Amino acid sequence: MSVAAGTEPRSLRRAGAGRRFVPVAIPALLAILVGTAVVALTVGAAGIPLSRLPAALGFAGHAAADPMTARDQLVLWSIRIPRIAATAMVGGLLAAAGAIMQGLFRNPLADPALVGVSSGGALAAAGAIVFTDSRFGETLRFLQTELLPLAAFAGSLATTAILYGISSRAGRTSIAIFLLAGVAITAITNAGIGLLVFIADDRQLRDITFWMLGSMSGATWTKAAVLAPVLLIGLAACAFIARGLDLLVLGEADAFHGGVDVERLKKISIVMVSAMTGVAVSISGVIGFVGIVVPHLLRLVIGPAHRLLLPASMLLGAILMVGADTLARTIVAPAEMPIGILTAAVGAPVFLGILLRQRGLAAL
Amino acid sequence: MSAVIEASGLIKRAGRATLLDGVSVTVAAGEMVAIIGPNGAGKSTLLRLLSGDLRPSEGKVRLKQRGIGSYTPRELAARRAMLSQHINVTFPFTVEEIVLMGAGERSAREAGRLVEAALDEVGLSHFRERQLPTLSGGEQQRAHFARVLVQLACGEAEHGPGLLLLDEPTSSLDLRHQIDLVEAARRRASSGTAVIAILHDLNLAIRFADRLVVLNGGRLAADGPRAEVVTRETIRDIFEIDAVVHQADGVPYVLPQSMRAAMLPR
Repeated sequence: MSVAAGTEPRSLRRAGAGRRFVPVAIPALLAILVGTAVVALTVGAAGIPLSRLPAALGFAGHAAADPMTARDQLVLWSIRIPRIAATAMVGGLLAAAGAIMQGLFRNPLADPALVGVSSGGALAAAGAIVFTDSRFGETLRFLQTELLPLAAFAGSLATTAILYGISSRAGRTSIAIFLLAGVAITAITNAGIGLLVFIADDRQLRDITFWMLGSMSGATWTKAAVLAPVLLIGLAACAFIARGLDLLVLGEADAFHGGVDVERLKKISIVMVSAMTGVAVSISGVIGFVGIVVPHLLRLVIGPAHRLLLPASMLLGAILMVGADTLARTIVAPAEMPIGILTAAVGAPVFLGILLRQRGLAAL
Repeated sequence: MSAVIEASGLIKRAGRATLLDGVSVTVAAGEMVAIIGPNGAGKSTLLRLLSGDLRPSEGKVRLKQRGIGSYTPRELAARRAMLSQHINVTFPFTVEEIVLMGAGERSAREAGRLVEAALDEVGLSHFRERQLPTLSGGEQQRAHFARVLVQLACGEAEHGPGLLLLDEPTSSLDLRHQIDLVEAARRRASSGTAVIAILHDLNLAIRFADRLVVLNGGRLAADGPRAEVVTRETIRDIFEIDAVVHQADGVPYVLPQSMRAAMLPR
C-alpha cells in the first residue's frame, strides 16, 4: 500500500464493495416493485386477500361468476390499479427528475420540490384551474385534464430556467446561491398560490388545496395515460444524456473538453426536469424529497454513473411512492393521509443527513 | 513537421479589459511548448482559446488545418485533450470511473487496457476503486491527468497526432510526481503529440520543453528555445525579480533572488 496517512480515516470508504450490486440492480428493483405493487393491490379500504387476487385480476377462467369476485374486480380495475400505476409513474418521474437536476447542478441537494420547480408547476396548475373555472376561460373547461399538465410543465420550465440563470455564472454553479434562489422562488410561487386561493371560489379552493398537500387519491386511468408517455420519453432521454451528466461532474468547461455539447445537454436536462416534475405535479400535487432520497440511496449502493442511476431512480422512486401511498391510505383508514406528509417525514431527515456529511467534506 | 495548432493575432477582451493582445503561436506535431509568465499574463486565457473553450474577440485558431470553431465538441475532443487546474468532483465516482470518462462512448471493456496503462503511468493503480473526492489534491490531479491521457490516446488512435493542453498540471504535485507528469507529457511529444503546458516552475519548463512561450500583460514577450529566452534580463523584465542563471549539464537553471536585488543598479 502507498503512504496515505492524510486520508487514512477515509481510505476504508472503498467503492468497490458497493459496485458489485450494479449488474443486478435493475432486475432486483423490478422484482421489489412488483412485490410492492402486489401488496398495494391487496390492502386498502376493501381488503382483497392474496388468495382472491388472481381471480380478481381476471386470471381465473370463471371470472365474474361470484359476487365477491365481481366486487374485487371493480375495486381493482377502476380504483386500485390505476392509482398504483399513476403513483408508480409519479414516483419514477419525481426521482428521475431529482437525479437529473442533481447531475445538472452537480450537487446531491438539488430537488425540484425543494427549489421551487414543483411549486412553479403547482402555481401554473392552480392558475389553470382558476382560469378554466372563470367566466373568461370556461370555453376551455372541457380541456382541463389536458391543460393542467401543460400548464404545470410551463410553470416548472420557467422556474428551472430562472433558477439556472440566477445560480450559474461563467460555467460555474454556486450551490449556496442556487438553494437561496430556490427559497426565494418558492416564496414567490407560494405567494402566487396564496393569491389564487384568496380569489378562488369554494370549488376551486378544494382543487387548489389538493396541490398543496399532495395526494394520489384522484388517480384515474386518464391521469395514468397522461403520465405514461412522459415517463417513456423521459426514459429515452435519460439514456441520451447519461454520459453527458457524468462528465458534467467535472464542470462545464471540462465536460466540453471531454466532448460534451454542454449547451445542448443543459437545455435537454432543463426541459426534461421541467416536463417530468410538471406533469407529475399536475397529477399528484407537490410531493417533496422523493427526488433527493432516491438518487442519494442509490448512489451509495450502485455509484453515481447516470446510465444506471437514472433508470434505477425511476424504479426505486416508483417503489417508494407506491409503498408510501399504500401506507397513506391504510394507516388512518378509512380516512387518508396526504402522501406529501409521509415523504417529507422520511425525506427531510435524509436531506439533513446529506447536509451534515457535506459539511464534513466542506463542499458548501 | 506539420503544425497541429496555429493561432494568429489572438485578441481576447472581457468587458473593458484586454486579456490577450495580439498573440500568435504555432506548435508542431512532436513539439513540447511551455507557456510561462507572471500571474494575470493571460496564460490560461490563451490555453482556453487554443482548446476551443473560449472564442477569440479577434484572430484565428486553426487545429489540424481547420478552424477550431468548425469542430463539434465531440470532434474536438478526439483531436485535443485538456487538463484544467481546479476540478471539484462532488459525486462519489471512483478513480477508475473518472479515468474511463476519457474514453468517450467506449465501454469499460474496450478501453480497459488504456485505462489500466494510464492509471499505471500516473501511479494510481492501487487507488482505482477509491472514491475520487476522498483523495488528496495531488492524487486527484493525477487521476484527471490519467483521464486526459486516455482521451488523447483514444483520439490519436483514430485521427493521428493530437494536441495536449495542460494548465498548471503540477500545481498540487510533490517533486517526484511533478517530474513524472512532465516526463509523461514529454513521452507524448516524442510520439508525435503537440504538447502545450502552462508551468510556473521555470526550471521544469526549461528542462522539458523544446520551446518557451513567455506572456506578459497579455502580450507575447518571447517565443524561442530555452537558451534564447532564459536570460537574467528576460527574467528581470518579465517577473520583476533578479535571478542567477546557471548551467547544469548544458541546461540553464534559474535561481531566483530577492525583488530588492532587482532594483539595484546593474
